[in-house]
Amino acid sequence: MRVLQSLRQLMRYPAAVVGLAIIGALIVVAIYTVITVPYSEVIRLWRGGGELWEESPRTAWPQWINLLPWENRPTTLIVCSTEVGEKTVRPLAEGISEVEILLPFDFTYDGFPREITVFFTAEYDERRPHVSLIWLTPDGREIRVGERTALRAYRMSIDGGLTRRLGGKPAHVGLFADPAAEELSLKGEYTLRVEGLLFEDDADLDARLVVYGQVHGLAGTDHMRRDLMVGLLWGIPVALAFGFLAAVGAQISTFVLAAIGVWHGKWVDGVFRWLTQVNIILPILPLLIMVGMFFSRSIWVILGVVILLNIFSASYFVLHAMFLQIKEAPYIEAARAYGAGSSRIIFRYMIPKVIPVLLPQFVMIIPTFVFIEATVAVLGLGDLHLPTLGKVIYDAHANAAIYNGHYYWMVQPGIILLIMGIGFAMVGYTLDRVFNPRLRQI
Amino acid sequence: MTKMSIPEAQRPRARITVPTSLARIGRYVLVKLITIGIAVVVAILLTIFVANWGGHLDEIKKAAISEGVAMMVMDNEELRLLPREEREALIAEMIAIQERRMGLDRPFIVRTPGYLIGALTLDLGWAPTMTSPSGSRLVRLIILERLPATLVLFGTAQLLLFFTGLFFALFLSRRYGSGLDKAIIALAPISAAPSWFYGIFLILFFAILLPILPFGGMVAAPPPPTTLGYALSLLSHLVLPVLAILVSAVFVTIYNWRTFFLIHSSEDYVEMAKAKGLSSGAIERKYVLRPTLPPIITSFALTVITMWMGSILLEGVFKWPGLGSLFFEAIGHGETPVIVGTTIIYAYLLAVTLFVLDIVFALVDPRVKVGAESRGTI
Repeated sequence: MRVLQSLRQLMRYPAAVVGLAIIGALIVVAIYTVITVPYSEVIRLWRGGGELWEESPRTAWPQWINLLPWENRPTTLIVCSTEVGEKTVRPLAEGISEVEILLPFDFTYDGFPREITVFFTAEYDERRPHVSLIWLTPDGREIRVGERTALRAYRMSIDGGLTRRLGGKPAHVGLFADPAAEELSLKGEYTLRVEGLLFEDDADLDARLVVYGQVHGLAGTDHMRRDLMVGLLWGIPVALAFGFLAAVGAQISTFVLAAIGVWHGKWVDGVFRWLTQVNIILPILPLLIMVGMFFSRSIWVILGVVILLNIFSASYFVLHAMFLQIKEAPYIEAARAYGAGSSRIIFRYMIPKVIPVLLPQFVMIIPTFVFIEATVAVLGLGDLHLPTLGKVIYDAHANAAIYNGHYYWMVQPGIILLIMGIGFAMVGYTLDRVFNPRLRQI
Repeated sequence: MTKMSIPEAQRPRARITVPTSLARIGRYVLVKLITIGIAVVVAILLTIFVANWGGHLDEIKKAAISEGVAMMVMDNEELRLLPREEREALIAEMIAIQERRMGLDRPFIVRTPGYLIGALTLDLGWAPTMTSPSGSRLVRLIILERLPATLVLFGTAQLLLFFTGLFFALFLSRRYGSGLDKAIIALAPISAAPSWFYGIFLILFFAILLPILPFGGMVAAPPPPTTLGYALSLLSHLVLPVLAILVSAVFVTIYNWRTFFLIHSSEDYVEMAKAKGLSSGAIERKYVLRPTLPPIITSFALTVITMWMGSILLEGVFKWPGLGSLFFEAIGHGETPVIVGTTIIYAYLLAVTLFVLDIVFALVDPRVKVGAESRGTI
C-alpha cells in the first residue's frame, strides 16, 4: 500500500516522470535488442571478421546527417550483375566466350565516395576469367580503368597505376571529378562496363560494384567497417545489466552488513567500521585495472570484483546511523521481549524499515557502476567479445575520432550513457525527496 | 579556534580546557593517523596480492636482479673481457645466487613482508621500457616525477570545487525555491557521469569546433621562456580539465550541501538568533555555516575520493602529464611495475587526502574538542 502511495506521489514530480520514461524506453530497447539480435549473433556481427563488413564503408557518418538541409553525402551504392546490371554472353571461339556486364548507377550526391571496389564471382575449373574495366561518366567520357584477372576483389581506390593515370587522384575521386571544376563531383548516371573473357565452356562471371559512401546506416561505421548500431544497441542491455547487478550486489551487501553490525554492536560493528575505512582508501579503479590486466577482461569478472570492492562502501556509515535509531524503536524491544532471534529481528524488522532510504541510493548508484564499466573499457580493458558502450568510446578514442572529424563515433555512445545516467539520477533524486522525510519538510 | 561569546562565569574554566581540547585534537589526529596508516598497509597488501596472483611481482624482482647483475658485469673490466659463454654462465650463476638471496625460491607468503616494505617505499626496481621525463628508468622516479602535475591539476580542482560548492550552496539556501535554485538543482543529475566523459565533450566544443583553448598537455610546446608566459600557458591548459572535473562534481555537491544548510537553518537556535535581530550575515556564519561544516567536510572527502579515481582517465584524455596518464600509458605498454607503483601511490594520495580532511574535521567539529563521540567522521 505504502509503495503504491509513494509511487503515486512520485508521479507528481515531472523530473521523476521524465526519468522513468527514459529508463522505461531504455529497458524496452534493451529487451528488443536481446530478442532480435541474440548473443551468438552479436558476437558474430561484432567480432565476425572482415568479410562480414566488407560492403560497408570505413568511418562513415550515420545517415541522419543527410537530414540537415545543407548535407547530401553519398551513401553506399551497390550494383550487382545478378540483380540490376545487364549481362550478355557471346561465344567467340572454341571454349572461349566474351561476357559484357553493364553496371549502371545514379550518383546524385555532393562530394565524393570513400572507395570503389568490384567483387567478382567467377565459376571456372582451371583458368580464371580475364576482365577489362571501362568507366562511363554522365558527360559521355570513357575512362579505361584497367585489365586484370578476375580475382575476388579489385580495390580500385588503392590501385597505384590507376591513380597515376587519373592524375594522382585515387579512383573514388578521379572517376567522379567534374572536368570543369575538379574539386566537385559530377552528378548523373555512371556505368561500369566489365568486358570479360571466359576461357572455359561452363565458366561464368558475375560482378558486384560497391561504391562506398560517406554515410552508412543509422549509427555510422567504425574503423573496421562495423555497423556501430550493433555496438550501441547491445551496449544498452549490457550497461543496464551491469549497473543493476552491481548496484544489487554492492548495496544489498552493505545494507545487510550494516544491520548486522548495528544489531550485534561491540566488536562486530568495530570490525565492519574499520573494514569500511580501509575500503575507502582502496584505490578501486587501479585494482580493477590490475584485475583486468592480469586475470580476465570478461565483463562478468569485472562485475564480480566491482561488487567485492563495494561491499563495505561509504554508505555503511549512513546506514549505520539509521539502524542505530531503529534499534532503539519500541517494536524491536517488543520483538525481543517475545523471544525473536537475531536474524529474525535483522531481516524482518530492521531491514524493511530502511528500504525506503535504500531505494533512492540504489537508483542513483546504478549509473555510477555503468560508468565504472565504461571507464575500464575506455582504458582498453573492456570485454573481449561483447560490444559495450565503453568499448565503442575506446575505439573512437584510440582512433582519435574527435580529431579526425568522426564526431558521431564518440558522441552517440556518449549521449546514450549520458541519457542513461541522467534518467536514473532524476528518478533517484525525486525518490530521495519523496522518501526522505527530512527533505520533505523543507 | 573561534571567538564564541562565552558568558563571564565560564571564562576561567575555558582557560583550563584549552590544553585539554588541544590534547583531545592531538589524540584524535593520532588515532586517525594510526587507523589510516593501517588502512594504507592493508590496501597495499591487497594490491600486492592481486599483482602477484599471476606471479607478476616475482617477474619484476627477477628483471631487477638480472638488470643489476648485467650492469655490474658491464662495469667490471675483467668480467667484460671474458669469452661470451663464460661470461653468460657467470651471469646466470650470479642471478641464481641473487634470486636465492632475495628468497624467490621460497613461498610467496614468506616473502610478503619484503614485498610490502618494497611497495610501501615504492622500491619496485626498473621499468622495462618506460622512462621518466629526466630519463630515469627507476619506477620510483618515473612515478614521483609525474606527481607534481597531478597535484597541480587536482589541487586546483578540489579547492575550486570546495569553495564554489560552499558559496553556491549558501547562496541557494538563502534563495530557496527561486528560479536559479530550481535550475541548479535540476542540473544535479549531470553529476552521474565522470569527469573524463565531460572532458571529451569539452575538448570537442572548446578545442576543436571552437578552437579557443588547447586540447591537451600542460604547457605549450616549446614551453614559454618567461615565468609569466609559462604561468599563462599553464593556466590556459588547466581550464578544460578543471572545468570537466567541476561539471562532473559541482552540481551534486551544491545540491547536497544546500540540503545540509536548509536542514540547519530550520533549527530552533537559528530562529532564536533571527528573533534576537542578528544580521543575516552573522546568522549564516555562526549559526548555519559552523554546525554544517563537519558533514560538509565528510561529504567533500567522499567526493574527492571519487575524483581521484576519475582522474586516471581524465588525465589520459587531456594528455596531462601526471599520474593518471602515466597509468594510462603503462596499461598500453603492459608495464607491470609502473602499474603496481601507480596503484600504490593512489592509495597514498587517498590516505593523505583523508588525513588532511580529518584534521580539518577535528578543527571544525566541536565534538572532537570536547571529547564527545564523533559519529560523522570518515
